[in-house]
Order: sequence, then C-alpha cells, then structure tokens
Amino acid sequence: MKRVTGIIAPMVLLLVLLCVWEGAVRMFDTPHYILPAPSRIAASFVSHFPSLLHHATATFAEIVLGLLIGGFGGFSLAIAVYYSPILERAVYPLIIASQMIPVFAVAPLLIVWMGYGLWPKAVVAALIGFFPVVVNASDGLRTPNEETAELFRSLGASRWQIFCKLRLPASLPTLFAGLKVAVTLSVVGATIGEWVGAHRGLGYLMLQSNALLRVDLVFAAILMLSIVGLLLFGGLRIIERRVLHWRGTN
Amino acid sequence: MSNAAIRVNQATKAFGDGRERIPVLDSITFEVEWGTWTTILGPSGCGKTTLLRIVAGLLELDGGDVSIGATAGIPSQAAYLPQRDTLLPWRTALDNAILASEIERRSRSDAREEALDLFARFGLSGFEDLYPSQLSGGMRQRLALIRTFLSHRDVLLLDEPLGALDLLTRATLQDWLFSVWSELRKTILLVTHDVEEALLLSDKVLVLTERPAHVDRELRVEIPRPRDRSSFELAKTKGQLLRLLLEER
Repeated sequence: MKRVTGIIAPMVLLLVLLCVWEGAVRMFDTPHYILPAPSRIAASFVSHFPSLLHHATATFAEIVLGLLIGGFGGFSLAIAVYYSPILERAVYPLIIASQMIPVFAVAPLLIVWMGYGLWPKAVVAALIGFFPVVVNASDGLRTPNEETAELFRSLGASRWQIFCKLRLPASLPTLFAGLKVAVTLSVVGATIGEWVGAHRGLGYLMLQSNALLRVDLVFAAILMLSIVGLLLFGGLRIIERRVLHWRGTN
Repeated sequence: MSNAAIRVNQATKAFGDGRERIPVLDSITFEVEWGTWTTILGPSGCGKTTLLRIVAGLLELDGGDVSIGATAGIPSQAAYLPQRDTLLPWRTALDNAILASEIERRSRSDAREEALDLFARFGLSGFEDLYPSQLSGGMRQRLALIRTFLSHRDVLLLDEPLGALDLLTRATLQDWLFSVWSELRKTILLVTHDVEEALLLSDKVLVLTERPAHVDRELRVEIPRPRDRSSFELAKTKGQLLRLLLEER
C-alpha cells in the first residue's frame, strides 16, 4: 500500500502541475518560443525521439565513463589517504580548495586539451563526482571499530587481509552513498561539458535548439536528460542492493 | 613450573605521556596452567581489559614480561574475543564463524564442517545463513564464541563475553560454555565483573585491586564440578568474594 502511494502521489502532483502549466499557457496565449505548453513538448519529444535518443546515448556514455573515472579515482585516493596520514594532510586541503573552482571555468580548458569528443565531458563529470566519493569512502574505511581490527590482528591477519576482509566491505555502504550523489552531479557535469563544446549530446542539442528558438525541443532534451539520470540512479540502486544485500535483512 | 600456558611476570603498564602518565597495571604476576579456566575479577575500569589485551599481544608492556606457552609474546597463539560486538554484518553466521580459518587459509570445507558441528552444540543449527542483524543478542554472542573456539588456539582470552546479556540467556550460555570447555579443554582466561560467573566456571579467580591494579588475591575454587548456582558452598564463597571487592573501594 505504501509502495503504491509512493508512486501514485508524485504522479498526481506532476499531473496537476502539468495541467496548471497547460492551462496557463493556453489562457495567456504565451508564444511557444517563450514557453511551450506541455502538450507541445510531448509532441516534439515523440516526433524527435530518434534524434533525442542519438544525443542521449552520447551523454549517457560520458556520464558512465565519468562515474567510472571519478568513482575509481575517488575510492583509490580515499584508500591512499587512509593509509598515509602524511598524504592526507598534503592532499585534503588541496581537494577541498579544488572544490571552490567552478567546473564551468575548467571545462573550456579541457576542450582545448582533449578536443571535442567524449573525453573532456567524461572528465568534467568525473571531476564533479569525485569529491563525494572521496569524502564518503574515507568515512567508510574508518567505520570498523578498533576492537574488530584488533580481533583480526590477534588472529594473525596481514594488513592486506584486514583491508580485503574488513575495511573494504565495511566501506561499501558509504561508497555507494557517495556514488549516488556523484550520479546526479555527473549529469550536470556532462551537460556543462557539452555546452562548452560538442557536436553530440543532450547539452549540445539544448544549446542548438535554444539558438533556433525551438524551446519545445529544449524542454524535450531536458526531459530526456532527466530520464537518463533516473536510469543511471536506478541502475546504481540495483547494483547497490545486489552488493549490499545483507543490509536489507533486518 | 613448565606447564604454564600463560605466564605474566611483573607486568606494568601506564597510559598517557610525559607527566600525565596514568599507571594502570602495577607489577601483576600470575600463571595459568594448561587446560584450566582462570577468571580475572575486579572493579570496573581497573585495567582488566588492558591486561587481557597485553596477554593477546595487542599492547606493549612498560615493564615485566608475558609469555604464552614456551615462546614469549607471540600473539597468534591466543584467540582474543573483544568485549564489543565484532561480528561482521556483511557475512552470514557461518562465514563469520570460519573467519580465523579463512585468515590462515585453511581448507574452507573442513572449517565449515567443523563450524556446523559447533553450531549444533551451541543451539544455532538452522541459523547458519542468517546475517548477524537477524540474530538475537544471545545468539550473536554464541556466534562470537563459536568463532573464538574455531580459531584453533589452545588459549582463549574472553573479555566479558556474556556481559551485555539478560540473566536467563547469560545463565544458559554459562552452562553451554562450560560444557564445550570441558570437552575441548582449552585454556581460558576470562574477564568478568560477575562474581557468580567467576565461581561457577573457573579453577582459579584472580581478584584485582582498583587502578593501578595488582593481584589482590588468588583464589582456587575447590567446589566440585558440575557446580550448582544455588549450592550453599558457592553462595558462601560468593559472599566472601563480594565482601573482598567491596573493601577494595
């Protein structure tokens, strides 16, 4: 019952909002190049679906690649920092300072260095998703209490065994929490990358359509982008449940 | 005396640094013979856990020495069960139990078979594939004990393994622990603050003083086994010990 209302309630709210939007556009006779009605957006979403899909696959690939780079990079750094306090003191302030730099400022440079292809966008997505992964994974590696580590040591476990059998599995729940934040940020990152310079992708499509006053297509691209984001988030949730199946057993 | 399993000689330990050093152990000396059960009893915060961790090889002594068996200070000769819950939530009960053999890379199927036998004896049959979060407090503690027994060490160091349990569960587990011990004949060093538990299970009770702790009294428990909680003899000794502990304060 709760599950059903969990799906129906937001749907009803969305429907109400769309009706208000549709009604307002029709009532005030707003030009479609300022604000198109939802029905118009839906129509262009359907008619331009092949093109939207073509651009969505590019964006999807950039985000996935960015997540992989940001995820692996962030997790590796978290591990390195955990085992080396000196590295932690050296690296942490720099990482936090780097978060003050807007990705927008870096994206054009990446285009200059890496060209117009997939890579600069993936790197922007990785840069933006990297931070939550580092922070969460570092916390996760510290979860096991000292007694458990001592128990391992008293059993003669090596540092490597303590890492593999204790710290790594203990850090997975927070790693996934970090990755879930990273997914949503990576969507933003990839789009920014495409705005700065691309010839494919939903961000590129938005920019092009905006210039042609095809606001309906901008909205259709936004809709497609949120679908991409939701798919990625859902996929990550499925992986998380598989990996952390012991958590759902209370 | 060559048949001592654990030998602690003039053990001294302080925490903190510089002028702020707090002495915790003050030249503690005792021996535990092979296959016997010794219990450390003392007021809370007196350094019982510190002493156990030193015997386990997890802490360095400031003075004196500790040896297990013939060789001095090899930690892997004793299995240590910490006070706090140390079961791994991502492993099933069975996989938690065989942790030690996994760390030592012994045969997995042998370990499982052996574990299943102990599960049956500890009344955990049928719970092998559940996760710790699905088990009750008493079951979790039994599982932790099974894991300790399965470490194949001759010396077991148990830090208040039954401390957090309710009275009935505790009594049941004491009986279980005793029956497993009398069959496997391991050397056990138990830390507890429960006087009755100490008298019910051990051959020898070491009463520690307040911090800095030293051995106030070494008491051999001569009550014949199996012991009865309600026996007059046990109650009498318990009364004496309690009085001794209260005088410490």
